[in-house]
Amino acid sequence: MAEAHITPPRLTLRRITKIYPGCVANDSIDLNIEPAEIHALLGENGAGKSTLMKVIYGLVKPDQGEVLWDGMPVEIKDPAQARKLGIGMVFQHFSLFETLTVTENIALALGDDAGDLPSLAKRIREVSEKYGMALNPDREIHTLSVGERQRVEIVRCLVQPIKLLILDEPTSVLTPQEVETLFVTLRKLAEEGCSILFISHKLDEVRALCHNATILRAGKVSGECKPADESSQSIARMMVGDDTPISTDYPKVLREEPFLQVSGLNRVSDDPFGTDLHNISFSVNAGEILGIAGVAGNGQEELLGALSGEDQVENHDAIHFPHGAVGHLSPRERRAAGMAFVPEERLGRGAVPDMSLKDNALLTGFLTGLVNRGMIAHGKTRDFAKQIIERYKVKTSGTEAHAESLSGGNLQKFIIGREIMQNPKLLIAAHPTWGVDIGAATAIHKALIELRDKGAAILVVSEDIDELFQISDRIGAICHGRISPIKPTPDTTINEVGRWMAGDFAEVEIKA
Amino acid sequence: MDIDLISNILYAMVRTGTPLLLIALGELVCEKSGVLNLGQEGMVLMGAVAGFVAALLTGSLMLGFLLAIAAGIAMSLLFGFIALGLNANQVATGLALTIFGTGLSAFIGSDFVGKPITGLEPFALPLLSEIPLLGKMLFSQDMIVYLSFFLFAAVYWFFRSSRPGLIVKAVGENPHAANAIGLPVIRTRYLAVMFGGAMAGLAGGYLSIAYTPLWAENMSAGRGWIALALVVFASWKVERVLLGAWLFGLASILHLVFQGLGFSISSNLLATLPYVATILVLVLLSRNQVRARLLAPMSLGKPFHASS
Repeated sequence: MAEAHITPPRLTLRRITKIYPGCVANDSIDLNIEPAEIHALLGENGAGKSTLMKVIYGLVKPDQGEVLWDGMPVEIKDPAQARKLGIGMVFQHFSLFETLTVTENIALALGDDAGDLPSLAKRIREVSEKYGMALNPDREIHTLSVGERQRVEIVRCLVQPIKLLILDEPTSVLTPQEVETLFVTLRKLAEEGCSILFISHKLDEVRALCHNATILRAGKVSGECKPADESSQSIARMMVGDDTPISTDYPKVLREEPFLQVSGLNRVSDDPFGTDLHNISFSVNAGEILGIAGVAGNGQEELLGALSGEDQVENHDAIHFPHGAVGHLSPRERRAAGMAFVPEERLGRGAVPDMSLKDNALLTGFLTGLVNRGMIAHGKTRDFAKQIIERYKVKTSGTEAHAESLSGGNLQKFIIGREIMQNPKLLIAAHPTWGVDIGAATAIHKALIELRDKGAAILVVSEDIDELFQISDRIGAICHGRISPIKPTPDTTINEVGRWMAGDFAEVEIKA
Repeated sequence: MDIDLISNILYAMVRTGTPLLLIALGELVCEKSGVLNLGQEGMVLMGAVAGFVAALLTGSLMLGFLLAIAAGIAMSLLFGFIALGLNANQVATGLALTIFGTGLSAFIGSDFVGKPITGLEPFALPLLSEIPLLGKMLFSQDMIVYLSFFLFAAVYWFFRSSRPGLIVKAVGENPHAANAIGLPVIRTRYLAVMFGGAMAGLAGGYLSIAYTPLWAENMSAGRGWIALALVVFASWKVERVLLGAWLFGLASILHLVFQGLGFSISSNLLATLPYVATILVLVLLSRNQVRARLLAPMSLGKPFHASS
């Protein structure tokens, strides 16, 4: 049928198959992207989106299938060739070099076309202004915010002639307002004839932006649709299949008996690139979930460090449990007082990658009778790990599996399960569903709500504002190390919290 | 102290510092690309023995230096094949290279111990060498010392304003990102490792052909290790490597001067002076943690697998 087209599709994938040992990442995938089309690629983690993208960008060689570019068969051997064809890619984990300037970063990617740096800097300024993405070419990357870094990645693609722009989960690091700006840029690009492949799992965004969508499940195309004609629910169904429950609304509650009280918390960051905390005050009540939104790098790490006890604060009273000040206590002492903590990094802080699940269960579970006079009770520990695995449906080969062998979502279920099974009175969770698929995210949300209903105080720090609206009873935001007002979730809107995330709030008075 | 003595001390300082400078410049480039090669000592010794034997047998010092460089490169390729080609642990591979080089050089050189050659003569530049104080230090040296000045300037320029220099830095900082934008990570690292080998080989040749024209087992006396420390304490800055290397040279000379002047300090204690002084100064320079973090190559010593 290709002959019938007056202009052939920009990109056609035919029966692309990629097999890794033990898993078929892509199973005979077909995909068509027309010029000027914004095409969504949807799917859960592990559905094969990343592999397919890497095939298009020349990072992975498919075992079977063919790629047609403007109607002509091509073999894309490496990213350099992909860029020569006019394919640009914006990575989820930015491929930028922290200690180099914006111009130097872009020069590296352009190769010999870069020309001399001053004229390249001028080109960068022109492109960034044309598409409404303010950028200073002379800044070093480590001084830029996450949103600005993403602009560098996009501009890097745009300073060359571009025909297909691939964006991998581009909105996961942006405030709702920044997302709007990005969409304006993308629509403008598409109007100019550039095709866009937009990879996401945020269905509302896909419905707002994309013309067509291809949905992957378990390495196969499970559906194609026009997102604007579908509901988020029906698209989600295509992503997860018929068996997995899709998230629901949870009843909101209002409680008044505070468990964790933070008042006037100030802290200068140890990290030269960190954020100082200014006058942070809030409380988390027993039996509620407090959500704190914010774009990464606005002081979340420092706040979590101070709350978990990894960093002790000078003013002991700044952090208060019902039985007294805890600002000077170690993580272990705080845990003994009823706190549990789920850190942001799963591998390395939440779990030790090359230790078994059983040993990882012991790491924080040791306070609950797994250690007997200094000796590890191996049997009990194994049972504890087994219970976590069963109760939270962790997909793994068993308690002896290494933590690193689990997928992100499964490991997160294990870590959260480990903390919840200790019956904490206070649970602090950082980005509990980051990079986790819908099924696992729903399971994690349910577990949190269950714990809340048992009367625990829960603090959730997350960049995913939709998630916070779904599970939090009260919500606030952190920006530049300052905390916004905190309101009951039903009394605020995504827009208002979005403005708080951008720092648009009058500072809260410290209550005595 | 008269001006002649100072001028002589400065001259000896540069001369003594030159092998360190060469090794450290090579290792600096290597580490900037993210590869930690602890095999410097072995490469230096192989360079020394190869250079000496070639010079002795052919009578050509030039051929001696070329063979020294070739031996260094050959050793570095062995390292590259194991650490980059087979993705072995860089620290273990480097240590093995040092042990291997030490043993092999002793074996090759066993028949040549104590045999003399006519070493490389200094070559005073007309007029320039007449400059008081600095003339002797900078312009009455031998060709390899002049070459080390040039190499210092070249490496400085390489990282400051060349595109390949930018690529080396990028590969050492984030090889995955570099690969993703199409930079040849493994090839860049190979070239950097080979440069390190060539420099270490040249330094070895300098020791056995120019500095003390003879072969003795283990004659590098730990310079490979000192150069490694130099690079770290110099926070991967080219100009500080030069400073550190010459400072080490100066302290080495001072202990001879002190002994000559009859100070009643144990000569063993004095012999530690170069190490203590070099480390002290560079530690003071690099105590700013913020700067140090920005300067160290972020992926130093981490193997790179393109697939992951």
